[in-house]
Amino acid sequence: MTDIEPQQSASTPTSSRRAGLVVIGLVALLLGVVAAMILMPKWANQPSVSAAADGPGGPFTLTDTKGQTVTDRTLVGKPYAIFFGFTRCPDVCPTTLSRMTQLRKQLGPDGMKLNIVFVSVDPGHDKPADIGNYLSLFPTPIIGLTGTEAQIKQITDEYGIYFAKVPVEGGDYTIDHTAGILLFDDRGAFVDMMDANEQPAKSINRLRKLIDA
Amino acid sequence: MTRYLFAALAIASLCVPGAAQTIRKNDLAISSPWTRQTAPGQSVGGGFMTIANGGKSADKLVSASSPAARKVEIHSMTMDGRIMRMRAVPDGLPIPAAGVLELKPGGFHIMLIGLKAPLALGKSVPLTLRFAKAGTVTVQLKVEPVTHGMGGGHDGH
Repeated sequence: MTDIEPQQSASTPTSSRRAGLVVIGLVALLLGVVAAMILMPKWANQPSVSAAADGPGGPFTLTDTKGQTVTDRTLVGKPYAIFFGFTRCPDVCPTTLSRMTQLRKQLGPDGMKLNIVFVSVDPGHDKPADIGNYLSLFPTPIIGLTGTEAQIKQITDEYGIYFAKVPVEGGDYTIDHTAGILLFDDRGAFVDMMDANEQPAKSINRLRKLIDA
Repeated sequence: MTRYLFAALAIASLCVPGAAQTIRKNDLAISSPWTRQTAPGQSVGGGFMTIANGGKSADKLVSASSPAARKVEIHSMTMDGRIMRMRAVPDGLPIPAAGVLELKPGGFHIMLIGLKAPLALGKSVPLTLRFAKAGTVTVQLKVEPVTHGMGGGHDGH
């Protein structure tokens, strides 16, 4: 980068020149603000997600379906779509995972350039083997994670995921939970959020962007 | 009008492969009852179908039961922003005169609680529905792949 004011012309100070510099400065500032507004994730405007001020994501330690430890670092290297649910969820969870299966298929060979991650919000019930059995119903590899109550609390807090047990008759319970799919890039940075019921073409665009980034 | 509705439903049911079953009881026609396969340890399942009322008066789905589950409930599923909430609907669901009640993923559904065995692909599960006017009807929920019912009924195949 060169200086805006070359040395030899510094001896001709005029007020119009200074005014010009001020204008350039202001325009640069304005461009910066506009760029920031455009680049700022859409997520930032959605109050329904209550995460840390700097967006969803953060360190976590969980256990996969084979009993292996998986951390946020383990997932680095491939973009991922992460969804929180529970194996006894009869509707939105299979629907969402089915949609992700379908979207991956539509992406063709690029579909495997993205990990699909399912995290249980029912760690009391969902042991690694339960999640393994559940995910084996889907005809595509899905990383299934669970943990202790404290580990699940940590990741759901960091990822801005709401969940609450709701008792049903007979001593059982169901779980209200955030059903959005969060998209992270290959460095583990939050990029976007999508819903299982949005137009598949829209979701494909989001996933393409994520994979091509 | 009603006749057209039934015709439309009959045609619609033909579009869902392997799920063209329609059961009639009085003024009601129940079509394509299905459920998703479940994994061992997964103790609940959802039941889905379309119930058309060809009569001149409203009916109501009051309750349901199945030998395959400890308990069967009628549930609603609603999205509150991005938060999914599921609730029992203890008062049942109305089926308006010349109207249709759809039980489908993302909406009202039957909840099979405490499955006695996993729901295996290709099998069917008896489900007895109790209606305020039409009385009881037993349908067979066809066990479909977990991906069934996505995007118009063709994508799961």
